[in-house]
Amino acid sequence: MSDAPTVQTAASSAAEARAADAAHTGPMLAADGTPLKKSLNRALRLQKVRALALIGPLLIFVLVTFIAPIADMLFRSVENEIVSNTLPRTTDMLAEWDAKGTEFPQEPIFEALYDDMFFAKEAKLHTRLGSRLNYELTGVSSLFRKTGRKVDDMGEVYQDQFEDLDDFWKTGENWNSLMASDGWLVAMDGWKKSDGKQPPFELREGIAEMLPATTETYVRFADFIQNQDEDNLYKKDPWAIVYSSLHADLTGQNSVASYTGPAAAELKAAAAAAPAFETVNFSEAFRDIDKDWHALDVWQTIKVYSPKYTSGYFLNAVDMQKSVDGPELRPENERIYGILFWRTIVMSVVITGSCILLGYPVAWILANLPVRQANLLLILVLLPFWTSLLVRTSAWKVMLQQEGVINDTLVWLGLVATDDRLALINNQTGTIIAMTHILLPFMILPLYSVMQTIQPSYLRAAKSLGATNWTAFWRVYFPQSIPGIGAGSILVFILAIGYYITPAIVGGTSGTFISNRIAYHISSSLNWGLGAALGAILLAAVLLLYYAYDKIVGIDNVKLG
Amino acid sequence: MVALTPISRTEPTFYVPVVAAFGAFFGVFIGTGQGNLIAGVLGGAILMGALAFILTKLIKNEKAARWGLTLLIALGGFALAGIPGLLIGIFFGWFFGFLTFWLYEGRYRAKIPPYLTPGQVLWHFTFRVICGAIFVFLITPILVVMPLSFNAENFFTFTPEMLRFDPAGYSLKHYRDFFTNADWQNAMWNSLKIAPVATLLSVSFGTLAAIGLSQPHVPFRRAIMAILISPMIVPLIISAAGMYFFYSRIGLQGTYVGVVLAHAALGIPFVIITVTATLVGFDRSLTRAAANMGANPVTTFFRVQMPLILPGVISGGLFAFITSFDEVVVVLFVGSSGQKTLPWQMFIGLREQISPTILAVATILVGISICLLTVVELLRRRSERLRGMSPS
Repeated sequence: MSDAPTVQTAASSAAEARAADAAHTGPMLAADGTPLKKSLNRALRLQKVRALALIGPLLIFVLVTFIAPIADMLFRSVENEIVSNTLPRTTDMLAEWDAKGTEFPQEPIFEALYDDMFFAKEAKLHTRLGSRLNYELTGVSSLFRKTGRKVDDMGEVYQDQFEDLDDFWKTGENWNSLMASDGWLVAMDGWKKSDGKQPPFELREGIAEMLPATTETYVRFADFIQNQDEDNLYKKDPWAIVYSSLHADLTGQNSVASYTGPAAAELKAAAAAAPAFETVNFSEAFRDIDKDWHALDVWQTIKVYSPKYTSGYFLNAVDMQKSVDGPELRPENERIYGILFWRTIVMSVVITGSCILLGYPVAWILANLPVRQANLLLILVLLPFWTSLLVRTSAWKVMLQQEGVINDTLVWLGLVATDDRLALINNQTGTIIAMTHILLPFMILPLYSVMQTIQPSYLRAAKSLGATNWTAFWRVYFPQSIPGIGAGSILVFILAIGYYITPAIVGGTSGTFISNRIAYHISSSLNWGLGAALGAILLAAVLLLYYAYDKIVGIDNVKLG
Repeated sequence: MVALTPISRTEPTFYVPVVAAFGAFFGVFIGTGQGNLIAGVLGGAILMGALAFILTKLIKNEKAARWGLTLLIALGGFALAGIPGLLIGIFFGWFFGFLTFWLYEGRYRAKIPPYLTPGQVLWHFTFRVICGAIFVFLITPILVVMPLSFNAENFFTFTPEMLRFDPAGYSLKHYRDFFTNADWQNAMWNSLKIAPVATLLSVSFGTLAAIGLSQPHVPFRRAIMAILISPMIVPLIISAAGMYFFYSRIGLQGTYVGVVLAHAALGIPFVIITVTATLVGFDRSLTRAAANMGANPVTTFFRVQMPLILPGVISGGLFAFITSFDEVVVVLFVGSSGQKTLPWQMFIGLREQISPTILAVATILVGISICLLTVVELLRRRSERLRGMSPS
């Protein structure tokens, strides 16, 4: 763009200032009288701002559409809020439980669990938590599902007794007359579904001090009914858990005796009867649902995964697991990611190696042929480069099949027996052949551009000094071509370790890469955290190589075609 | 470098064994094909060696000898294996005729330095044969797909009819399927709706940023460049996973806008790289001259700078277009069935119900690639000419 005016001003003012300098001493001045240094600085700043203004929109675009997603993925690889969000009380209380001991948790923890499970079940969150914890301990998913179905029955013991005591406790209207403020009751009286949003629930004054547990439960219940279910709270009968809380309040320290508000008589009668009620032992009730609730490993898993952020996914991604004693290696037969990472690296190295092997002669001949012929041959390199990846992969799938072109040709030539066709696809061979072909242009192009700069006279000079062909090549030509090999290898390797499509199509089960596992976790097993952790490790490896590439080649020097 | 090596005719003791060796080599295939390896090798060697001697010493006239040999071997091939045999025979006849006289007249030494030892000459040609084989490896998959797409059967290999060049073995039915099948047509239109918009986004943002980056003083230039190039370096599966998570958070997952934004992000590095490469050779005094003559920055940009960097912008755009048009991993995750693109449909086809229509689509896509490659190559030359570099 036209930065000409400023530069011109600067240039001419410099000349003027020089002239002026001869006349009088003092700081050099620009044409407009400001000191020259300041004026130049301003011009420079202006240039910087203009450059940034041009880059800005794209930078923001890339940050939002690309960098933010990557950051989100990294965040998901450690995020673990689901446990403490779904079981807030239980995880709080578990903090004091000694996970390394042999005692499973005491009654208060089971009570908290009942509380959490009840609300989780109503919000249908318990199955999600179950599947989350099932990644760490098999069987938790069905345990949570089963518990969710039966948790209602536990509270009904109290509900039935209260209802048997007095029909008053049966209906939501009565409960609301006790719990809600008069203002809210009036507002609800005039409210119809067509009016839109319900007036938000308000507590009666003083009720929270008198019945703390009941109030807390009731408020959560009211919030859920009004905001999640969007049901009419006034007519809604309370959940069983409200009765359990009421029982707890009435049997503990309370001030019901001095209460004079609405339903005082019913409340006092209930307070008198409550101590005689049949009680529930939550610990045993949970054991009756499933004996796994008295198993140590379930509680250990919940405790280990209670923090909001966990290193568990990363540990899983490197074949380790979190336990109460800290990270430990998984049993031998459950280690799969180490093998997968190792295989990804080994196969990428093999692919890079075969690309060097095949690319070097081609680049050499391209660099040493007359320009016209080299350009013609270069088209043969660029054509696959420009051809759709899917086209090339499908071509290899077609060619490498048991009944494919290559096997048919070999059989026709008599090199292979008909019933002894080569298995070239759905294994590592298939992946290596197809990916070498696909990535070969990425090796040839950087090699070619480096070899073009090597003077052929060096080689002739070496020979005229008595070097053999091999010595001349190895001692003179090859060292000069190493930058090309380095650039091409890093590029091919970076592309190879992240490949997904080609291994998925021609790799079968033994020829797949870590990327295929990431895709599996994201779209099939839905263990997003583990997928994200695997991705983060892969990303770290790629960024390391990217950094090396930048140091060796410079990203500015990447050339296309 | 062209070496002027004097050439002379060679002795039969040299070229007859060489031709015989080639005969033996090809005899291996015919021998194993017929079930008798040794007979094939010996027969090939003796036959070809004898023919080479006869052609050079008895017929002498090169043209007549080569035509005669071609005709002879072609007829032999036809008698053995019909039309495919005829074609292979013509090729072998031409090849052996060429080989014999190439060696006999000493032409093989004409273009290589005179001081090379026979061993070096042998290596020289072996090396070229190896390179030729690698070029074949590069190009074969594309060459195989094209004829197979005309297969009349639903097979993925050459049927006997095709090898006999029987017209009944060929048909356009897979192309017909592509143009009538709703799935494929839908996929094609989706691709055509997504790619141009994504390209437009990446080209407009990318060109501006590339101009900004080529200014002499850019703070944090390296870091900015690293961020802008990163979509090309980060493995696609990671980009796809991250975009899937993030776009579902902000409600873009499974929408057209989401896919377009994702593809635009992936295309940006290509635009940046090609446009910055064009700007490297850009003479900044031109903009100063324009400003000097009274043009404002906008006029200068559109009348002076833009025409000069246009080739780079267009080839960057083509790269971005082909990136979006070929992209499958990100669209698999970010898109929903409403954004099923052509590569996605191909991917499904390859994984599940593999149908030869894929080959027809592949052939069409190769055609498109060839067009794009030609355009890019022409633009590159034009750009180099404009900037006063000699086109290479």
